[in-house]
Amino acid sequence: MPAEIYLNVAVSGILTGLVYGLMALGLSVIFGVIRIVNFAHGEMMTIGMYIAIAIFSAFKLDPLVMMVPIAAVLFVFGYALQASLINPFINRPEHSQFILLVAVALVMVNGLLILFGPDAKNVQTTYAFDSFLIGPLIVDATKVYAGGAAVLVSAALFAFFRFSHLGQAIRACADNYVGALVVGLDVRRLYALTFGIGAACVGAAGAMLVLIIDVTPALGPAYTLLAFIIVITGGLGSMPGALLGGILIGFTEAMAGLLFSPSAKSMFAFGLLVLVLLFRPQGIMGKRAI
Amino acid sequence: MTKTTRTDLARKGSRVTRRAFTAGAGATALLAGTAPFSIIQAQGAALKVGVLLPRSGAQAGIGQDCQRGVQVAASILKDLGLPNLQIMNADTETNVEVARSQAEKLINEGAQLLVGAFDSGQSTAIAQVAEQKGIPYVINIAAAPPITEQGYKFVFRNFPVAGTILADAFANQKEIFAATGSAPKSVAFLHVNDTFGTAMKNGIGAVMPKFDMPYKIAETISYDPTARDLSVEVAKAKATGADALLVVSRLNDAILLTRELIKQRWSPMAILSMGPGWYEDQYLKTLGKLSDGPLSFVPWYDPNKKLSRQLEAAVAKAFPGINVNTNHVYTFEALLVAADAYKRAGSTNPTALADAIRKTDIKDNVSTGPGIRFNEKGQNDKLKNSAIQNRGGKLVTVAPKAASNAKVEWPMKPYDKRA
Repeated sequence: MPAEIYLNVAVSGILTGLVYGLMALGLSVIFGVIRIVNFAHGEMMTIGMYIAIAIFSAFKLDPLVMMVPIAAVLFVFGYALQASLINPFINRPEHSQFILLVAVALVMVNGLLILFGPDAKNVQTTYAFDSFLIGPLIVDATKVYAGGAAVLVSAALFAFFRFSHLGQAIRACADNYVGALVVGLDVRRLYALTFGIGAACVGAAGAMLVLIIDVTPALGPAYTLLAFIIVITGGLGSMPGALLGGILIGFTEAMAGLLFSPSAKSMFAFGLLVLVLLFRPQGIMGKRAI
Repeated sequence: MTKTTRTDLARKGSRVTRRAFTAGAGATALLAGTAPFSIIQAQGAALKVGVLLPRSGAQAGIGQDCQRGVQVAASILKDLGLPNLQIMNADTETNVEVARSQAEKLINEGAQLLVGAFDSGQSTAIAQVAEQKGIPYVINIAAAPPITEQGYKFVFRNFPVAGTILADAFANQKEIFAATGSAPKSVAFLHVNDTFGTAMKNGIGAVMPKFDMPYKIAETISYDPTARDLSVEVAKAKATGADALLVVSRLNDAILLTRELIKQRWSPMAILSMGPGWYEDQYLKTLGKLSDGPLSFVPWYDPNKKLSRQLEAAVAKAFPGINVNTNHVYTFEALLVAADAYKRAGSTNPTALADAIRKTDIKDNVSTGPGIRFNEKGQNDKLKNSAIQNRGGKLVTVAPKAASNAKVEWPMKPYDKRA
């Protein structure tokens, strides 16, 4: 097999992994602060994808251009969901939270099925079939754009949590819940904001991913599972860990498909997860809180 | 003389009381009202046919395309003087277990015959239920041979098995190679790893050596039919340096494969498909000019048959812009078999219906071949395949020569040379 094929596949896997990472970042942010596992994460991403498709069908607006408005819509949706439905469950047993979010996921899947039908949908941008030829490398243009956008959004998110007062307040809630209450922070509002930010992340990831894959309402659960694999590999609650986990999973899937069998891609992703759980149960960057 | 009171008479039962009269009158009225209806029902009631298709999930596009065959059937069957069918729709959700439970549900709700389910895995599950419950089941599309090798008495299939599809495919390919004077020396074989894809892969191993094909399989690459990204698969196939692609796929993955071929700047000499996907309307519409060129070696229909023209007209009227394809043809024919058997059986009794299906002999049909007859295993083993090519949003038949209406365009026009 020519050597450049390995490089082609590795680059493709890393670019896809960056978008996976952004999607998982939302899950990690939500868990890191609110300590709730969002079982509707993949479904929220499909909502973002369908919004991108609807806007593209109606106004021919590129999903990458619409990424910020789509993230804003998902932010409002996430904020409302946390404030109205999830906040009352914050102090309830974990299984109640689990059932609540699984129910929310089911409602989302069936709502999308009613609205958009079961057919796979996609957007056909002018650059949908483009690729860059860099020496012996052929790189998919959509993946380059989507991967680049994922890096920018992740950088903005890191900056927000590190440098803004609001971001620091959210980190304070994550580090010390009682302390945050004592200093007078409105924790419930901050929780709603955090869930909104997590939802915005996954909405932005959806707008990017719709350039790479076709969407169906049934896509959600598979990506919820993928997000779990990524954040557990990278370290639950760790933002850099989520991004690293995404890149690792994207790369592992691509190389496993090339070196072994494409049918075994998922098997290797799960294999990596098992190895991490065995030798570093907290995840690769586990201890670091946001 | 003893005086007898009305109460005494009633006790002895020798006279009708007012209560008994009212009850009797009510019962008579009920009987009078329903008796004629029952007679009509026995003479002309519709046969309840449960149609199981993957209307959602990964195969939703194809399942819904099969449904078009169901929707145009009523008017054609009426023209043929066949009895009405009452269609009971069910969605298998592209899931074997759902297919099984939906088949049971349909039978519990009164379905007298089952039709479906496009996919071999789902059809296998339905066949087990149908046989267990003793309800006739006519498979529209499913190619895995074992379904009709189980000794089932209620399961019938008017669709060629994988071995037949492959044998005809290789024969038609050789005809094309001979006509064009050119052939690929090696192919990369990409296939889905579901029941159908695996059966086809095994079949190729068994059948290909008998045909002395001019090409060798450089590499066999299997993938999940629900895969969202096939870039690695195409990269791997391209790296083999093969002249052409041999594929057994579904609809969504056929679109994904084409996109990847273009992105990875690889235009093989030919795409030789031995399954669905590449000729579907959704494929043609999604990819436009980029959909031109692939050759599909599939169970098809004979455009010269009278009933084929009738089906084409019905599809054109009901679904403007949609080409008649395998999904419509074989789903329609499954219902044709059901209606024809019901007419001859004159009863909804499952055993009588199954016996009638076993004796089916329909010569005026649509699919390529001499007609519809089932062997002792419940399989129509006389069906023939065609080679079709996508051209300008339409499908033309290029082999076998006797049933063709166009010459093959060979080799496939490179993707980067298209407008």
